[in-house]
Amino acid sequence: MKPTRAVEPWILAPLERFVTESAARLTLVMTPSGQVLAQHGFTRAVDVMSAAALGAGIVASTGEIATMLKEPGFQALNHQGRRHGIFLAGFESPRGRLLALVVYGTDSSVGLVQLFFEELIAEIGEVTPVMPAPKAVLAADFEADLNQSLATLFQ
Amino acid sequence: MTLRHRRILEGITRVRGMRGAMLVAADDGLVVAEALMEGIRGNALAALAASMVKRLGLAGVATGIGEVRFLHLQGAEGAMLVMPAPEEMVLVAVGEADVNVGLARLEMLQAVRGLT
Repeated sequence: MKPTRAVEPWILAPLERFVTESAARLTLVMTPSGQVLAQHGFTRAVDVMSAAALGAGIVASTGEIATMLKEPGFQALNHQGRRHGIFLAGFESPRGRLLALVVYGTDSSVGLVQLFFEELIAEIGEVTPVMPAPKAVLAADFEADLNQSLATLFQ
Repeated sequence: MTLRHRRILEGITRVRGMRGAMLVAADDGLVVAEALMEGIRGNALAALAASMVKRLGLAGVATGIGEVRFLHLQGAEGAMLVMPAPEEMVLVAVGEADVNVGLARLEMLQAVRGLT
């Protein structure tokens, strides 16, 4: 089984439980801007970055469509392929809005993923520590932070 | 839920001790139609029952006993009955521990015939 990795340790246990219960093959938990907090199943950093960017882009696009339709926003998006399904959803957490991208195979189902995703949201809500005071983002720090996060996700 | 689905499920829920019945999309594990008593999480039951049928179907192939026709899961507090249905659905019924399984199975078979 491919490992589950997290940039912040509090998210690791809920994500491992979710992956085990839902039989998800790939999972990313990220911010709406595409900053990855945890991943399961990815073996290459470039794949994580691409998937995170695409997932965040899809959520942003569908959010705009919802705005055009005067809808409050789409909660989840499911794309069912022949061998894989993609589940993309946003949720509120003590750290603000987060996104999850889940890829599952024929050994799972969107029903199972949805079911255990609800539990993942509840668990993240319980274990998330209080948010530290935000610090100014410097260009010099950005690359270092990004490299540190990727190193953590693939150590 | 269509009137046809409602009638089909009503036949099952009329059995004494039955707490509810539902039709589930077999591949997706999503609820198609449900007639459940309060306190039963329909989405959880749908997802888990469909997953169970899928996995036991694989076990059936591996052991050579063939496709799943009927599942009876007896718990201390109740019973779950599952039967594959047409149009890639699964018929799920949940009852008390002492529910008449034979009668419930007959109603489920009739329901499946109604869907054909």
